[in-house]
Amino acid sequence: MQWEIVIGLEIHAQLSTQSKIFSGASTAYGAMPNTQASIVDLAMPGVLPVLNRGAVERAVKFGLAIGATINSPSIFARKNYFYPDLPKGYQISQYELPIVEGGNIRIQTEEAEKTIRLTRAHLEEDAGKSLHEDFHGMSGIDLNRAGTPLLEIVSEPDMRSSAEAVAYAKSLHSLVRWIGICDGNMQEGSFRCDANVSVRPRGSATYGTRCEIKNLNSFRFLEKAIEFEAERQIDILEDGGSVRQETRLYDANKGETRTMRSKEDANDYRYFPDPDLLPVEISPDWVDQLRETLPELPQARRERYVTEFGLSAYDASVLTGSRELSDYFEATIQRLPAQAKLCANWIMGEISARLNKADMDVASCPVAPETLAALLSRIEDGTVSGKAAKTVFDSLWQGEMDRQVDVIIEAKGLKQISDDSAIEQQVDDVLAANAHLVADFRSGKEKAFNALVGQVMKATRGKANPAQVNTILRKKLSGQ
Amino acid sequence: MLNDSLKQLSRRLADKQVSSVELTTEYLERIQRLNPEYNAFITVDADKSLQQAHAADQKIASGDAGPLTGIPVAQKDIFCTRGWLTTCGSRMLSNFVSPYDAGVIERFNAAGAVNIGKTNMDEFAMGSSNENSYYGPVRNPWDIGAVPGGSSGGSACAVAARMAPAATGTDTGGSIRQPAAFCGISGIKPTYGTVSRYGMIAFASSLDQGGPMARSAEDLALMLNVMSGFDARDSTSLQRDAEDYTRDLENPLSGLRIGLPKEYFAEGMHGDVSRAIESAIDEYRRLGAETLEVSLPNSPLSIPVYYVLAPAEASSNLSRFDGVRYGYRAESYQDLADMYRKTRAEGFGAEVKRRILIGTYVLSHGYYDAYYIQAQKVRRLIAQDFEHAFAQCDVIMGPTAPSVAFDIGEKSSDPVQMYLSDIYTSAASLAGLPGMSIPVGFGEKNRPIGLHIIGNYFTESRMLNVAHQYQRATDWHLKMPDL
Repeated sequence: MQWEIVIGLEIHAQLSTQSKIFSGASTAYGAMPNTQASIVDLAMPGVLPVLNRGAVERAVKFGLAIGATINSPSIFARKNYFYPDLPKGYQISQYELPIVEGGNIRIQTEEAEKTIRLTRAHLEEDAGKSLHEDFHGMSGIDLNRAGTPLLEIVSEPDMRSSAEAVAYAKSLHSLVRWIGICDGNMQEGSFRCDANVSVRPRGSATYGTRCEIKNLNSFRFLEKAIEFEAERQIDILEDGGSVRQETRLYDANKGETRTMRSKEDANDYRYFPDPDLLPVEISPDWVDQLRETLPELPQARRERYVTEFGLSAYDASVLTGSRELSDYFEATIQRLPAQAKLCANWIMGEISARLNKADMDVASCPVAPETLAALLSRIEDGTVSGKAAKTVFDSLWQGEMDRQVDVIIEAKGLKQISDDSAIEQQVDDVLAANAHLVADFRSGKEKAFNALVGQVMKATRGKANPAQVNTILRKKLSGQ
Repeated sequence: MLNDSLKQLSRRLADKQVSSVELTTEYLERIQRLNPEYNAFITVDADKSLQQAHAADQKIASGDAGPLTGIPVAQKDIFCTRGWLTTCGSRMLSNFVSPYDAGVIERFNAAGAVNIGKTNMDEFAMGSSNENSYYGPVRNPWDIGAVPGGSSGGSACAVAARMAPAATGTDTGGSIRQPAAFCGISGIKPTYGTVSRYGMIAFASSLDQGGPMARSAEDLALMLNVMSGFDARDSTSLQRDAEDYTRDLENPLSGLRIGLPKEYFAEGMHGDVSRAIESAIDEYRRLGAETLEVSLPNSPLSIPVYYVLAPAEASSNLSRFDGVRYGYRAESYQDLADMYRKTRAEGFGAEVKRRILIGTYVLSHGYYDAYYIQAQKVRRLIAQDFEHAFAQCDVIMGPTAPSVAFDIGEKSSDPVQMYLSDIYTSAASLAGLPGMSIPVGFGEKNRPIGLHIIGNYFTESRMLNVAHQYQRATDWHLKMPDL
């Protein structure tokens, strides 16, 4: 039987506010345990939550960026359960009326482009952390993270492969960083994925029983976990069994998922509206103000790159993979408006490869967009060959000669010979010295032509403009 | 001096007839003498109180005094008070010394008032008799065999027995008004959102409201001037300009329209209570008021609605008492679940557990719509009843409680009978309206009777005026138990 995988993702994006969602304590990462827990975060008797306006603004910006409905009012609700790192015994979240509803996001896999619908995005507070090591059989509690603002972004079950799920997660990751609402740091837990996975016979109209996989803190784990989980479910079904609805944990070391809790053990969270917080009213004026602060969005840029610059959809999507990369491209192309493809190739090729190798991001690229543009303009005007340009780029990367493109070309003698008479002289010399090759060519061996080009290039130490060499050599050989 | 109004005490302090230290000492001595029998206070800390009194005397000497500077005020043990044990009447917090001050405490500190002690209360403010305190029942100063009412029973007792000139209380369904009535004092629960809930340990967040308890409406006005005001740390606190609640006290009552809900004067009210209320209303007619019948058709539903919503909120509010970070923790346990179970089984009293169970039940999957959502709908209907009534009248009057204070032990085994003692007060709480109780006589066994006055939103000044004019014409509020 042919199986289809159905995936929906729940992503928790930590919002980039300075202070927590309901208290004034700092959200900075990495402090000594419990030094960033105020009396509100500790849930002392009598304390009350006060909503952080910055968290609301970031949620609204996200809603606008995905074309969603901004609900006004939206309601905070209490999700009740006991756990030592949940100080109040409930998490303040949103349930029936989330701040953001609907919307969608375009994703691009190597095969195709697709639209993924979002169900909702709601504001909530993070819990603290339980530390089970180093306490001699007891557990330690660190409440620094308690009350950190999160936006939980829930998709529709619109993805059909791990590749699509990863493309969606990456697209969302790029978007939240693009609009400046989340730093996207996955190691520090600023962007966490849970995946709902089910399988069904291809063509079936109903969904299979799903399992939720938690703890996917990298795109690679997301991919591996989905693949493992889909296989597991298919194996069960093919053996005539049925999938049990449950929450599973991905074990990165073993590359497998295992049961965390079954549906029967699931808590009844007893959601109800939090009486300590008023409904969140968001005026149309406020929404308009926030809309004005949004930068040009990746989707708009992608479309512009295709229509305005004639790039392929794939190139456009790679270049808009992050705002930094796209801004880099924008800054380069601004100086070379007619050379979009050349700029794109260099940024996606040479620049990305170097950055990857050095494990750097584009924001800290040692070659500034202006410098790259200066180099590419020397390819465009024929001063250097593409090959020589790579040598120049090496020097630029290393920071040689104050990163002056023309100084480097001059000093390294990389200037291309584009003077017809100089090339003719070289061609004449080569023809004179290689009579056998000329004879071969004349007897119909096209290969001999390439050998002759090679000789000319060799004689000029690679500096002759190859196009000119070709033209002149053909002219001479045809006896004109 | 024990019968002095706050204004008189303030004048004595200003005129240097007495210092705050002397005044505080006198009250501390009275507490020392009476408290062992009446159990109105959970914590008395003479050193801390006298320290505040010293500071107040300096403030007075430097000409920097306000109306409450140097005056002892008893604080209900529900208000977090930095450096003081703050128990909320529970074993769960029997070791909890608060690291911070509630908004209300900050305001009294800023006003230069002296904290004379933390008063006893029903555990987590759940009760109508003060028998639910981990620290034992409070006794009624008018009759040591009677309850003082609850949950602010310690505060009511302290004021009635002159162990403090004034006190704070909190009211979720009647917890200021009913004990005020039972102890023959005055108390007001202002409009929801008037007094900051920051640092006031939550029972039912959408209903809880702090307010003053004192011997007269005039004293209440002075207390409310200090207690009320916007607090950014409480999102349900109302952003309104500060007002002087004494401003309307002296206005005449001619033309006042008093609404008498026909539902309140039907069955259930005891004869002695009914007679006292009738004669109080007659007094109001003599003062120039007119009366008319109004109807609050949904008010009989206020007790069931209250006992769905308040426990629902409480079950969640009390989840933080888990033995992990502060407060009581069971001594021995097997694992985490066992620690939670034993801590909460041992730390909470029976009534608190009952309400946590009710609240957990009504919020549970499959019951939420039938109970919680339905109760919220009826809550809106109750508020609408008042809206209609206040289109016709300025204030609504009736009895604060259906009977005089009952005997200790009389209702403690029958929760429903106990809940019914809030039958007249819970409707105003559900609507968020201000309500107050003033003494209007004595009934059976010479126990006090309270008149319940409900006003429209933000009409506290008018209500205090209505109460004050009655107290100018009568002397029920000056009666003092012989202790």
